[in-house]
Amino acid sequence: MFVKPSKHRHKSSDGRKYYTMAENRETDERRLIASLRSGDECAFTAVVARYQVAMTRVARGFVHDEATAEDVVQEAWLGILNGLAAFEGRGSLKSWIFAIVVNRAKTRATREGRSTPFSSLVSLETSGTEPAVDPDRFLDATAKWPGHWSQPPVAWGADPEACLLHSETMAQLKRILDDLPPAQRTVISLRDIAGQDAESICNALGITETNMRVLLHRARSKVRGSLERYLTNTEEAARS
Amino acid sequence: MDCIELVEIITDYLEGTLPHHDRERFNAHLRECPYCVTYVGQMRATLRALGEIPVESISDTAKERLLHAFREWKRG
Repeated sequence: MFVKPSKHRHKSSDGRKYYTMAENRETDERRLIASLRSGDECAFTAVVARYQVAMTRVARGFVHDEATAEDVVQEAWLGILNGLAAFEGRGSLKSWIFAIVVNRAKTRATREGRSTPFSSLVSLETSGTEPAVDPDRFLDATAKWPGHWSQPPVAWGADPEACLLHSETMAQLKRILDDLPPAQRTVISLRDIAGQDAESICNALGITETNMRVLLHRARSKVRGSLERYLTNTEEAARS
Repeated sequence: MDCIELVEIITDYLEGTLPHHDRERFNAHLRECPYCVTYVGQMRATLRALGEIPVESISDTAKERLLHAFREWKRG
């Protein structure tokens, strides 16, 4: 019996792709780089749409205002286009793009004589102790269970992820990010918005892995805490 | 492990850099403490949300400038 070749040969019977995700990403990336090099405008617009927000957040960690950050990103794109022919694809396209953004942002910050260099921000923002959660929310040493929650976190609805993806909460999330100290904002933007790995971040920013992790931890704890306050207030407002 | 320690090492836990022994202690605590399960769940949800921040529409001027730059570059 003649069997018609399947159109979906890359899928197995259980619908799973034969390729691993990493391989897929690599293939996608190679294709994207080829399209960009050949001057495909759609590919360019797509890649801009994909990275623009994260790039602006990262740049914002170095410069004074949003407009300058956008300018830095614009400059970075020019650098990316000019470097594209020489890009060898040893690291990922994404890491390379963000390394360029960081470099341009650093240069701009120096040129504008920003009073605090990034290294000073790092020492400032990693110094001292900064509890992830207000210590008053835990039982003290005299309690039967010291160090355990006295005011535990309240669940964010039945599905916390769905709850966060509301557009108003997302808008709030952006405001929360803007309020973070600059070095913390830069690190959380690179790690959690841009999805960069720890090593690329440390290399791009010229910071130690320990400091990177302290900044990340403080930033994430603050963001969760601010979301918690925001969601509790919204719920209370809705009830009253 | 108590809750106040857990909230301080959660980043190492989620980043996969917590030493094996502490990871075991962390998991053991989660088996007993629904509050910390909520906390970890909220942190994971936060990270997911950060990864999903929608693309702001880029202003027309910025888009024009970028496309212009792209066309210039293409021309070489």
